[in-house]
Amino acid sequence: MTAGFGHLVHAEWTKLRTVRGWLIALALGAVLIVAVGALSAAGSHRGCNNGTGKACAAANAPLTGPDGTAITDNFYFVHQKVDGDGSITVRLTSLAEQAPLPGSGGAGGPDSWVSVTVPWAKAGLIAKASQNQGSAYAAVMATASHGVRFQYNFTHDVAGPPGTVSQSSPQWLRLTRTGNTLTGYESADGANWTKVGATTLAGVPSSVEAGMFVASPDYQQVDNRIVGTSTQGGPSKATATFDNVAVAGGWSPGTWSGGQFAPDGFGPLGPPATPFHQSGGTFAVTGSGDIAPGAGDPDNSTIGGSLIGTFVGLLALVVLGALFITAEYRRGLIRTTLTASPDRGRVLAAKAVVLGAVTFTLSAVACFVAVWWVGNLRQNNGFYIMPTSGATEARVVLGTAALLALASVFALAVGTIVRRSAAAIAAVIALVVLPYILGASAIGPLQWLLRLTPAAAFSVQGVLHRYSQVDAVYIASSGYFPLSPWAGFGVLCLWTVAALGFAWYLLRKRDA
Amino acid sequence: MRLALHAEWTKLRTIAGSYWLLFAATALTVGLSAAVSAGVSCSSSACNQDAAKTSLTGVYLGQLMIAVLAVTAVGNEYSTGMIRTTFAAMPRRWLVLVAKAVLVGGGALLAGLLGVLGSVLVGRFILPSKGFTAAHGYRALSLFDGTTLRAAGGSVLYLTLIALLSVGVAALVRDSAAGIGVVFALLFLFPLVANAVGDEHLHRHLEQISPMDAGLAIQATINVHGLVISPWAGLGVLALWAMGALLFGGLSLQLRDA
Repeated sequence: MTAGFGHLVHAEWTKLRTVRGWLIALALGAVLIVAVGALSAAGSHRGCNNGTGKACAAANAPLTGPDGTAITDNFYFVHQKVDGDGSITVRLTSLAEQAPLPGSGGAGGPDSWVSVTVPWAKAGLIAKASQNQGSAYAAVMATASHGVRFQYNFTHDVAGPPGTVSQSSPQWLRLTRTGNTLTGYESADGANWTKVGATTLAGVPSSVEAGMFVASPDYQQVDNRIVGTSTQGGPSKATATFDNVAVAGGWSPGTWSGGQFAPDGFGPLGPPATPFHQSGGTFAVTGSGDIAPGAGDPDNSTIGGSLIGTFVGLLALVVLGALFITAEYRRGLIRTTLTASPDRGRVLAAKAVVLGAVTFTLSAVACFVAVWWVGNLRQNNGFYIMPTSGATEARVVLGTAALLALASVFALAVGTIVRRSAAAIAAVIALVVLPYILGASAIGPLQWLLRLTPAAAFSVQGVLHRYSQVDAVYIASSGYFPLSPWAGFGVLCLWTVAALGFAWYLLRKRDA
Repeated sequence: MRLALHAEWTKLRTIAGSYWLLFAATALTVGLSAAVSAGVSCSSSACNQDAAKTSLTGVYLGQLMIAVLAVTAVGNEYSTGMIRTTFAAMPRRWLVLVAKAVLVGGGALLAGLLGVLGSVLVGRFILPSKGFTAAHGYRALSLFDGTTLRAAGGSVLYLTLIALLSVGVAALVRDSAAGIGVVFALLFLFPLVANAVGDEHLHRHLEQISPMDAGLAIQATINVHGLVISPWAGLGVLALWAMGALLFGGLSLQLRDA
C-alpha cells in the first residue's frame, strides 16, 4: 500500500469519528453487548442444596471424568474386587430395552413397561479403578444398535463388529488386564477371539472393581418444530442375560455383589426395582443410566452464554456499517469522495479497513468485559460455567469480535451494492440474525441454515464437543454448532469477500 | 383526507421499490414457509406440533420486507428533503401520517394476504408427506377450519400491524436506517433476551410484551391455553405497539420542525 492509501484511511477515519450518530451507534453496540448479557444474567438463577452464590455454582458443577470432561457415570454393576493381572469372560444371550408407559412411571408392574429401542443401551464387562464416581475404566460391551464396542474413560469409543445379541446369536466378551493395559476381545463362539481394542490406563491401582454392567440411556424421540425441537422420552432400562461367567488368570473368583453405581444407589428411574438375579451360572441384570460423556446436557452452561448480547451489538454495528457508505450517497458526499480519490476500489478498501478495525477493537473490549463480568454474575447466581482453556477463551472472545466486525463490513459491502440504507440493513439482518433464530434450536434440514448463511459464524462461540456414542439433542442453542468454529467463521468470510468483490465491481462500473 | 391519500398514493406507486418490496414480502413468505414445511418432521401422534403455525413460518421473513417498505415510505422523504414540500402542501401533518399508514398498511395487507394464502396452500401439500397425516391426528390445512382461519387471517393482520408500527417508528426517528434498526430491535431483541433469561416470570412477561412473540401467538392452533398470551390478546399487544408508535410519531411530526 502506498502513502496514498494511508491518506484514504485517515480520511475515512475522520468521517467515522466526526458523525455523532455513528459514534452513538458504536457506543450503543459496545454497551449493549455487555448490558444485555448482564441483564439476562441478573434475571436467571439456579438453585442448589448447599450455599449460595459461587458455592452454589460449584455445587452445580457436573461430574467430570479423568480428563475433566463432563460425564455421566451411573449404571448397574455386578462386581467383585480383583487384584493384579487376570481376565473375565462372559457370554451374553439377550439385551432388551424397555421404557415406562407415559404417566405410569413403571410402577404398575410389567404391564406398565413397553419395549423401545435405545440404540446405545449397553451390556458387557467393565473394570473400574475404584467405587468413586468418575473413576477411570475400560469396558467391552454389546450395544442395542451399534454392535460391539470397546470404551474407556468416558470419551473414548472403539467400534467392534456390528450386530445384535440374541439367543441364537450370542455374543462372547472378554476383558483382560496385563499391567495397566486393559484389552477387550469379542467372539461369536467362545473359541475364536478377536481383539476389539486396548488401552493403558495411567495410575490404576493394583486392585480394581471388575464385573458385568448394564446401562440404558434416556430413550428419545425427537421431532423438528418451527423454532425448536420437541423431545419425547425419558429414562429407560435394559435387561441383559449373561452366562458362562469365568474369572481367570491372576484374578480369583469371589462373590458377586450388585448395585447401581451411584453415590445414593439411585439410577435415572430411582432405586433399582429388582436386584440382579443369579441362578446357577446365569445372571439376569437390569440397569439404567449411562457411562459416557455428559454431552447435550442443557445445564452445561458455557462461556458462550455470557455473550448473548452479541445479537444486540450486531444490530447496532450492522446499521453503522450500512450507513458508512449509504449516508455518502444520501448526502451526495460520495461524489466529493470519489473526486478526491478516483480509484474507487481503494475508497472501498479504506472504508472496510477503518470500519473493520474500529468495530473489531471495540467489540473485543466489550466481549472481554462481558465474558468476565457477565460470567461472574452468572456464577454468583448459581450457574456453573464449564471451564475452558485460555486459548479457547481467547478464540471465543476474539472470534465473536471478528464476527461483529465482519458483519459490519458485510453490511458496508451490501450498502455499496444497493446504495440504500434500509434495504441494506434489512438484507444483512435477514441473512445473519434470522437464520440463527430459525436454526439455533432445530435439528435436521433447518441446521443447514447454520452451515450456509453468514449466521454460521456464531459457531466461534461453540466450545462443546459432540460425541457419536451419545444420542443427545445437539443444537446450536445448547452450544453445539453444526460447523467447527473456524469453518463457520470461514462461511461469513466467504460471504463478506463475495459481497465486497461485487460492491467493488459495481462501484467502478456505475455512475456515483 | 382524500387529497392526502391521493398524494401519498402517487408517491408510493411511482417508486419502483414499492412493488419490489411487496413482491419480495409475498415471495419470501411463501418461500420460507415451503422450506420450513419441508424441513419439519412428525414421527408419531405425540409429536405435538402446530401444522398451521409451521406452514406460516414465512411471516418471519415477510415482515422484514414490509418493515423496510413502511420505514422507507417515511424515512426517504426526510433523506431527500421531500418532506418539506409535502408539509408545505399539506400543513395538517398528522393527515399525511394517517394517509401513509393507510396506504402502506393496505399494501402490507395485500402482500400478506397473497403470502399467507400461498403458505397455507404450500403447507397443505407438503406437510402430509412429512408425517402430518390423519394417522398422527392431523387434517390437511384448510381455511374452512376455524383455528386455521384464525391463524391465517391473524397473520395477515400481523403483517399489516407491523407496517403501521414501522410507519410510526420512522416518523419518530425521521431516518430510514435508524428506523429499520429500531423496528428490527423491537422485533428481535425480546425473543433473544427472553431466551437468555432463566427466570420463568421475567421470561413470560418479556414474551407477553414482545411485539413479535405476542403478535405471532395468533398463529397457534394447538395448546392455545398453554400460550403465555392468548391469540387475540397477543395481536392486541402488537396493535398497542403500533398505535403507540403512530401516536408518538404523529405528535413528533406536529411538535418538531421538519
